Amino acid sequence: MRNPVSPLGNATFDGFCKIREIGPLGMISLRAKPDVKELAKAVKTAVGTKLPAQRRIEVAGDKACGWMSPDEYLLILPYAETGAAMEAIAREMGAAHHLAAAVSDARAVFRVEGEKADQVLAKLCPVDFETLAEGELRRTRAAQVAAAFWKDGDGFTVVCFRSVAGYVMGLLTHSAEKGSELA
Amino acid sequence: MLILECPYCGVKAEETELSPGYEAHLKRFGPGSSPEEFEAYMFARKNPKGVHFERWRHAYGCGKWFLAARCTATLEVFGTYPAQSGEPPADLQAKIKAKRPNWEGYK
Amino acid sequence: MSTRLQKGGRLIDRTRSASFTFNGKRLSGFAGDTLASSLLANDQMLVGRSFKYHRPRGIVASGAEEPNALVNMGEGGRFEPNQRVTTTELFDGLTATSQNHWPSLEFDVGVVNNYAARFLPAGFYYKTFMFPRFAWKHVFEPIVRQSAGLGKVPQGPEVDRYEYAYAFCDLFIVGGGIAGLQAALVAGQAGSRVILVEQTAHWGGRAPVDGDVIDGKPADQWVKDTVQALEKLPNVTLRLRTMASGVYDHGYVLADEKVADHTPGDGRPRHRLWRIRAGKIISAQGAIERPLSFAGNDIPGVMLASAVRDYVVNFAVSPGDRTVVVTNNDDAYRTAIALKEAGLEVPAIIDARTSLTGDLPAKAKAMGIRVEAGRAVVKVKGGKRVTGVSIGLQAGEGAVLEDIACDAVAMSGGWSPVVHLWSHCAGKLVWDEAQAHFRPDPKRPPTNQDGAAMVAIVGAANGNLSAAAALADVAAQLGGSAVTAVEVPEAAMLAVWIMPQGAGPALKMKMWLDYQNDVKVSDVQLAAREGYTSVEHTKRYTTLGMATDQGKLSNINGLAVLAGALNDQIPNVGTTTFRPPYTPVPFGALAGESRGEIFQPLRKSPMHGWHEAHNAYLEPVGLWRRAYCYPRAGENHEQAVNREILNARANVGMLDASTLGKIIVKGPDAGRFLDMLYTNVMSNLGIGKCRYGLMCNEQGFLSDDGVVIRLSEDSWLCHTTTGGADRIHGWMEDWLQCEWWDWKVYTANVTEEYAQIAVAGPNARKVLEKLGGMDVSKETLPFMTFADGTLGGLPVRVHRISFSGELSYEIATPASHGLALWEALIEAGQEFGVMPYGTEAMHIMRAEKGFIMIGDETDGTVIPQDLNLGWAISKKKADYLGKRGQERTHLASPDRWKLAGFETLTGGVIPDGSYIIADGHNANGQRNTQGRVTSTYYSPTLKKGIAMGLIKGGMDRLGDVVEFNTVAGSTVKAKVVDPVFYDKDGEKGNA
Repeated sequence: MRNPVSPLGNATFDGFCKIREIGPLGMISLRAKPDVKELAKAVKTAVGTKLPAQRRIEVAGDKACGWMSPDEYLLILPYAETGAAMEAIAREMGAAHHLAAAVSDARAVFRVEGEKADQVLAKLCPVDFETLAEGELRRTRAAQVAAAFWKDGDGFTVVCFRSVAGYVMGLLTHSAEKGSELA
Repeated sequence: MLILECPYCGVKAEETELSPGYEAHLKRFGPGSSPEEFEAYMFARKNPKGVHFERWRHAYGCGKWFLAARCTATLEVFGTYPAQSGEPPADLQAKIKAKRPNWEGYK
Repeated sequence: MSTRLQKGGRLIDRTRSASFTFNGKRLSGFAGDTLASSLLANDQMLVGRSFKYHRPRGIVASGAEEPNALVNMGEGGRFEPNQRVTTTELFDGLTATSQNHWPSLEFDVGVVNNYAARFLPAGFYYKTFMFPRFAWKHVFEPIVRQSAGLGKVPQGPEVDRYEYAYAFCDLFIVGGGIAGLQAALVAGQAGSRVILVEQTAHWGGRAPVDGDVIDGKPADQWVKDTVQALEKLPNVTLRLRTMASGVYDHGYVLADEKVADHTPGDGRPRHRLWRIRAGKIISAQGAIERPLSFAGNDIPGVMLASAVRDYVVNFAVSPGDRTVVVTNNDDAYRTAIALKEAGLEVPAIIDARTSLTGDLPAKAKAMGIRVEAGRAVVKVKGGKRVTGVSIGLQAGEGAVLEDIACDAVAMSGGWSPVVHLWSHCAGKLVWDEAQAHFRPDPKRPPTNQDGAAMVAIVGAANGNLSAAAALADVAAQLGGSAVTAVEVPEAAMLAVWIMPQGAGPALKMKMWLDYQNDVKVSDVQLAAREGYTSVEHTKRYTTLGMATDQGKLSNINGLAVLAGALNDQIPNVGTTTFRPPYTPVPFGALAGESRGEIFQPLRKSPMHGWHEAHNAYLEPVGLWRRAYCYPRAGENHEQAVNREILNARANVGMLDASTLGKIIVKGPDAGRFLDMLYTNVMSNLGIGKCRYGLMCNEQGFLSDDGVVIRLSEDSWLCHTTTGGADRIHGWMEDWLQCEWWDWKVYTANVTEEYAQIAVAGPNARKVLEKLGGMDVSKETLPFMTFADGTLGGLPVRVHRISFSGELSYEIATPASHGLALWEALIEAGQEFGVMPYGTEAMHIMRAEKGFIMIGDETDGTVIPQDLNLGWAISKKKADYLGKRGQERTHLASPDRWKLAGFETLTGGVIPDGSYIIADGHNANGQRNTQGRVTSTYYSPTLKKGIAMGLIKGGMDRLGDVVEFNTVAGSTVKAKVVDPVFYDKDGEKGNA
């Protein structure tokens, strides 16, 4: 099997922050209600985290589980492990009502890194970064497209749809140009 | 530009993160309904100056539809609540009545 | 003459000079100058021509309210018209040219309008350009175009960058004068998140110029100390050069930051548009001085008294050697005193009031300045600059008592609070009789989402004009430690709307209310006589208060004159509506980052790069860019499309179909749900099978179509049209969340997870077999089935579905393998004659097969029955979305236009958009119609024109010859035929 390719071939840009397209990452959209008793174990088995609370993302090494909506979770893991995780979910969930769909290839993922990384996103997203908590997964829009991000290390991980990867890279590049720092 | 708090994810979303869905609490009339019932379902919409119940989708957020009670004249928002509600919650109705004593009520 | 003084100037740095050009003339100023102060320092009194009469005009003001001194700024990609010289910071290399004149500023042909002024009264355009009708196009419009517009339109593309930024705060404070600074300090020290913006490059506002003493310190020192204290607070953000443009619902504010207007080309964004959400907005924007309406008040050299003071104190520029001050209040005496202290002459202060009791008049007299009470300026003498004033009684009709020689006039008609931000969201105003101005009504503020006051207004903007009153206002509204300013007692002002009071028509025709739009006292009075009693109507009729300054100087004077003409009270006449922006915002700032490559999101399939590399002509399909065709050297698009079709029909073609919507629907109630969504039954579809389905809205109109496949006992995958993917997913979620929320169904939009490739043509199977990995034979994988497996080592799902009518496989693979699969198929297909084909070939091939296209055969008024798709509508189902709608009598009528095929008698192509004409005419005199074309193409396969369309009677009309209209007025005869033009028995697709 050939290696999967990320939408932009891991493009980078150096401005007042560093922008990197990363991935492809393994991603699974898992829809189920949190009160389904099989769910917590399925998530634990698939990515090793507990079930995240509202708007939170739980991270365990190179895997994570984010809260997307009251009945939707985003599981993140190495691309090659997606198939095994899908099987684990199917096994653990059994007959419980759920939907698991691989979405690794439907996404583009970026890292925005640097001391002023929040400023890059503050030019694009109607989000108050001063009140964005550590470990909070925020779904919003970046300029004209849907995006989700969370603080991670010295920056943010940003997820958008694959087809608009070039547009989002353009946005991030424009916003991170040297000399355009907000403060 | 409005801000509405999504009752599902708790985000105080601005209008650009939402998409509107017009009047809330419509009753669907399908096959077997009278022309008058179907007309009311399809076309008869309230257009009050004052308290109004409407549908919004947190389109750029959690994707969920929710309902909002809002004053169309002042844009005051009385509250938001889940779409899985047959009618506005009683405490919200009481709150509106307290703020707008002349409101004729939900029905 | 206006000149630079030898000493002084609190804002300029005499050690750093800056050279600039005005109308090509090389001039110089100092760092810290505005373009206005440096023009005056170079004795450039005349800076432009007025809009309508082309009268010579000079600088009137010193800030954002300037109506006259608008210039074309910059060159090439940085050219921008209508820039106010008073708000333009001088920088080395600045270039500016004056506007509204031809051939030159000094000699302007258009000034003839000035002499014809009596023939260009209010409403001139409305009265003149009415009849005859033909004259509009050939006479009036060319003339109006020649003389219309302020400034020139930029010709080249913009070279600067712009951006947005979002910000959030508890308090957004507008105005960096002493009230705004003190408000920020109080709130900041109390722990609020504060953003304070100031539109100019300096903190402190008017207080330092007025010589106020605050907390025992000179205002300059107090401002410096306060800014330092604010800078230490981490919860306070300070931004200079940032203009709050408007207040919108729920505490939303737009503010335009001029990041690099004064440092062009330094790499920073030129402007940044802040989109701010504030808990509360505090407007501390101060007040604007009003002109007085006397004859000749627009001659260069007549300026606002406060502006004269600003130029002297801030920039060490004197607008004249001899300045007459004319006023109705005490404040203007500060100007006389400042001029005198700078060593300049003040021949007289003309005060309309008969009794002068304040401290400032006393001080002026003590300095030896002649003060004339109860007097008026009857008229100003001069043309391109002031040469003197004629003085008379304010209570008189204009009899001249004395002429005084002077080269500048400083006028003050009182002060108007800046209430724009208070008013944008319906904050109400009250008329303050004592100060003759509108100020905010604290009982009727604009309200926010909680019904609470959204805007507060403090300081001079709240009608508290002195420093002491402004600071007391801040303390009263925000608390904090008491800060006091030395109070200089001022006597009451006198409302003066016309000077002199009894001036006759000849004088009134020279009394300018609105400098920018050339509106005079006589125009407003004429409007009132002609029945324009509403201030909003008068504005539009006379153009009072329009254009770039939006009447910052003229509005109160104008409506006072209107009230006088109507014999009504000023508060009854009211103000026009205040609307954003407060001052003009460049289009670039509004566009933000949305330019060039990121003007809008372009959606690209995983194979997009391949299409571009292979000379694809791309067409927009929603936000997607899809390959329309792949022209080869020497081919036009039509030739390329025809080749692609013929090759797919003869050999094999490949289409990038990745954009098709793909939605997984899963759960115990998924079958029941799909049966509601689609007009036909999906719950009984066998696992591994494909079925075509239709979706309607509740009115019954066809909204989308596509192939549904059954993945497992409880899961289906629905294909939608390219444009329908997000819409149909949203539609599904709407019903699941808001109507049938107890049904156990989940959906997932996996459109972008998969690349999808249609391989179509007689050789399609051979291509797949060459790649190998799974059995794609007719026996194992018959028509309308699918199977999962691998091809060429890549994971795939292969569907036997066909939109072209050929033997066809639609192959889905995870998007990150899409390009690899595409290239593998192209390579494997070489020996079988494979060619990629684009969307136009797809459209024509489906039309040859008589397949409908959402958006061509449908337009939101067409039901499936109209398209002969009754076979895809379940008769057994009690309900589906749209069923009740379709039962309405007019949708069930036999008279509806229905689908049929058409062929012209000559073999030509029916024009797109044509209607089928019927006998007679309708009530509007238009030909009656009986149908219209919906898809029309040249079919390279059949070598003739083919079409689908809707016609009354539908397929019952087979064989009839009908006439389609054309734009040219002729008609095209065509025969009604079966819409399936190619492979009527479907043998090819089934192969």
